[in-house]
Amino acid sequence: MLATMISGRTLAQGAGCESKMSPDFFKAVALCHLSERDFKSLGLSEGKNVLLKNEFGQVVLTAKMDAGLPESIVFIPMGPWANVLVGKETGGCGTPHFKGLEVDVAATNSPVLNICELFSDMGA
Amino acid sequence: MSEATLIKDAVCSFCGCLCDDIDVEVEGGKVQRVKHACRLGSSKIMGHGRIESPMIRKEGVLVACSFQEAYDRAAQILLMANKPLMYGWASTSCEAGKKGILLAEEVGAVFDTTATVCHGPSVIGIEEKGLPGATLGQVKNRADTIVFWGCNPAEAHPRHSLRYSSNACGRFTPQGRKGRKIIVVDVRETRTAKNADKFISITPGCDYEVISALRMLVAGKGDNVPEEVGGVSKADLADLAATLKAAKFGAVFFGLGITHSRGRYKNIDNALSLVAELNQHSKFVIMPMRGHYNVGGIGQVLAWSSGYPMSVDFARGMPYFNPGETAACDLLARGDTDAAMVIAADAVSNFPRTTAQALAKIPVIQIDPYENPTTLLSEVVIPCAIAGVEAEGTAYRMDGLALRLRKMVDSGFPSDEEILIGILESVQKQRLLKANEEA
Repeated sequence: MLATMISGRTLAQGAGCESKMSPDFFKAVALCHLSERDFKSLGLSEGKNVLLKNEFGQVVLTAKMDAGLPESIVFIPMGPWANVLVGKETGGCGTPHFKGLEVDVAATNSPVLNICELFSDMGA
Repeated sequence: MSEATLIKDAVCSFCGCLCDDIDVEVEGGKVQRVKHACRLGSSKIMGHGRIESPMIRKEGVLVACSFQEAYDRAAQILLMANKPLMYGWASTSCEAGKKGILLAEEVGAVFDTTATVCHGPSVIGIEEKGLPGATLGQVKNRADTIVFWGCNPAEAHPRHSLRYSSNACGRFTPQGRKGRKIIVVDVRETRTAKNADKFISITPGCDYEVISALRMLVAGKGDNVPEEVGGVSKADLADLAATLKAAKFGAVFFGLGITHSRGRYKNIDNALSLVAELNQHSKFVIMPMRGHYNVGGIGQVLAWSSGYPMSVDFARGMPYFNPGETAACDLLARGDTDAAMVIAADAVSNFPRTTAQALAKIPVIQIDPYENPTTLLSEVVIPCAIAGVEAEGTAYRMDGLALRLRKMVDSGFPSDEEILIGILESVQKQRLLKANEEA
């Protein structure tokens, strides 16, 4: 399924953003919110994972139904998982294009990487 | 501080609201209870796991060392670099920022703040158009119409509505929420939208077009507006324009929904023009919803020190500012920096992964109370006291009001300011030693 990815703050993300190595932050942020219709059309149920891919990277996240989202828009709490899908380009103003990215979304049985695993290939 | 102490009206050092009505109970040198703060502020003030010791990476492993050893190694890295990047500064005091700028001048660094990955486009837009601004007190006391555009204070600034905007009762707004019209413009129905009188759902990346259509309607040129703009019907836009024009005192708050999406600083430029034009019909103000509690303050300090509010390159011997060239993400993307100091921020998490990868290839110095993904890539790690909890200092609220952060508990850790002085002194000492050796 093709979708537009946006990221943003949530209460749980904010409460955990200064303890990023904790399991609570992982649970609050490694999520992909989908509209009810998209959630069902991908055959998902609570706790199932989705794989998001675009030209910049790919990431597995836990799927979460969100009644406030329109169809074909997915929301990821801001943080290192969302940023896997963001490119380097800043449009000459220093700020990357964090929101409004086209992504391909599919159900997957692959696991969600924890924060250390997420950066293991960067020498962390 | 072994006896129980109640600290009244402390300032919360989490978000740009800088709520200054927090009561904190301290006993046995620890914060025991926090009253009036939101979930975000309480989490920060109550405290959690810390980096326990300064560390230097040896053979791939971070090994505990003394603070002086860490300062000396940090100074050595900065001195050896051709163009170091000093990034962060949003979650510490203005006094620390001031010392950081001195250090940046000393070593010829690029000094950039977290604004470049949040409200940097707002800063640029405001430089181009100017800001019809106000204090949050004015909004609380006077605003009868409030627009939240691309922001979700219910989750990012939880006490904003109660203290300053939608639900606040002020001198000329005694009815609070009942006496105000609240409009939310966003691409999804957020918690903030659920508290609004009108939610306008727009297509992602179409903020510029929707703002332009509103400007035409406000200017009486609605005949040229198509039947639908950015997913919004012309009728809804016309209603909104009429509501805005009818306001006695209107306020627009905007967030990363428009700074992070297509158009970026041009969205802000356009929104500022809309508000300027609304002032021909009514009194209207606009304000960015600044995220980290002192991201506004470091912008002020940098502006009065160098003339520029972010992304300042001191490597040329004079301040140079050109976002897109001197911003942290651009420098890293081009491989144009050979060392980095990350202070009061987590660059590895908050930059695009493709940009953050550049940090894995250069020596990184981290100054922070907490372990985070930047720690995993750092060569030197220096733990600090938490500004606003364990160290005092000055911070600027999102409306530009300066407030004094208080020290509530003692800490065995030096403040960011003390750490930066330690590194600066080590830089000067090592430079002198080298000069003497060469002489």
